[in-house]
Amino acid sequence: MGSAAEGAVSGVKQFKGQALSWELTNGVIELALHREPCNELGSITLGELEKFAAALADLERDAHALIIYSEMKSGFCAGADLRELYERSQAMEMSEAVRGVRDFLERIHHVLNVIDAAPLTTIAAVHGVTFGGGFELALACDLIIADKMARFCFPELRLGLIPGFGGIPRLKRDLGNAVVRDLLLTGRSFNASKAQQIGLVSQVVAEGEALRAARATAVQLGKFARQTAVTAKKFIKPIPYDELRQEIDLFCELFPRPAVQAGLKKFVESTDAQPYLP
Amino acid sequence: METAEKTLDEILALAAAHFKVPREKLTPDGDFFKALGIDSLQTLDLLTRLENHFHVELPDYELQGVTDFRTLAGKIQARL
Repeated sequence: MGSAAEGAVSGVKQFKGQALSWELTNGVIELALHREPCNELGSITLGELEKFAAALADLERDAHALIIYSEMKSGFCAGADLRELYERSQAMEMSEAVRGVRDFLERIHHVLNVIDAAPLTTIAAVHGVTFGGGFELALACDLIIADKMARFCFPELRLGLIPGFGGIPRLKRDLGNAVVRDLLLTGRSFNASKAQQIGLVSQVVAEGEALRAARATAVQLGKFARQTAVTAKKFIKPIPYDELRQEIDLFCELFPRPAVQAGLKKFVESTDAQPYLP
Repeated sequence: METAEKTLDEILALAAAHFKVPREKLTPDGDFFKALGIDSLQTLDLLTRLENHFHVELPDYELQGVTDFRTLAGKIQARL
């Protein structure tokens, strides 16, 4: 781990970690998520995402595109590691737990802001479960290409929380407010066709074909003048930094509430087939 | 317009084929979680397959408490 991390920061073209791997080939960086069961975003994944964000400054000199995808059968990413969050918060005073939550949020926001602003065209190739933090990771990308079995959801309100990894500001950036309200306030999950219909997903492809379609798109992107693409991206995809900061504050304000702790406990202990439903 | 019985039959056939359970083991009033042996992630997979097959949108909260194929078919039928 240590040597790989050092190498990554100094710009190696490959990295293999416990939760993710990346490789730069022919101008395309592929970031693969591979943490069982469904790439839950906890401290291990965050640490490796930070290594990736640090390495990106070097990698992007030789790249025009980034593809993020999952090697897990069940989906792209099920979101934050709620089990880790709950267990850590139970082991300490609430004020200390909130400080820990804030620190985690600031670190993941940094990573997602780096991906959002990267001078590359970024593509999330998603399938299966794309929930919560996983959905937020996809929203940081420029394009979302979805397998027809992809399913999206912001279930946080069902736990008494709001999305904390930049989901609300980035959804607001990309969608009309009425759609944002529907997705957030109902917390309902929806499929790839619906996601395309509301303008979130740029391509819906057959089951198992998202990565292939993303690679084909990345090849096409490589034919354009990179600086023009970077200029266009900067113009059409502003990063809502102020709202992102507000989101962290709101999340930390909500986190200590008894309803949240009860919601997390119920979720973590649930053996229900629909654990997100309160 | 599909009939309720046809919808139910298609659900049973789809579930049996995808989760590799003999069709005759699935009954309209049987508990599909138990019959298919599915967990929370597979339940979402089933929901998406049904939406794609019938070209409907099924909010997951409408399926809260639904455990048998017949009731599930009714929920789908109401959106066809």
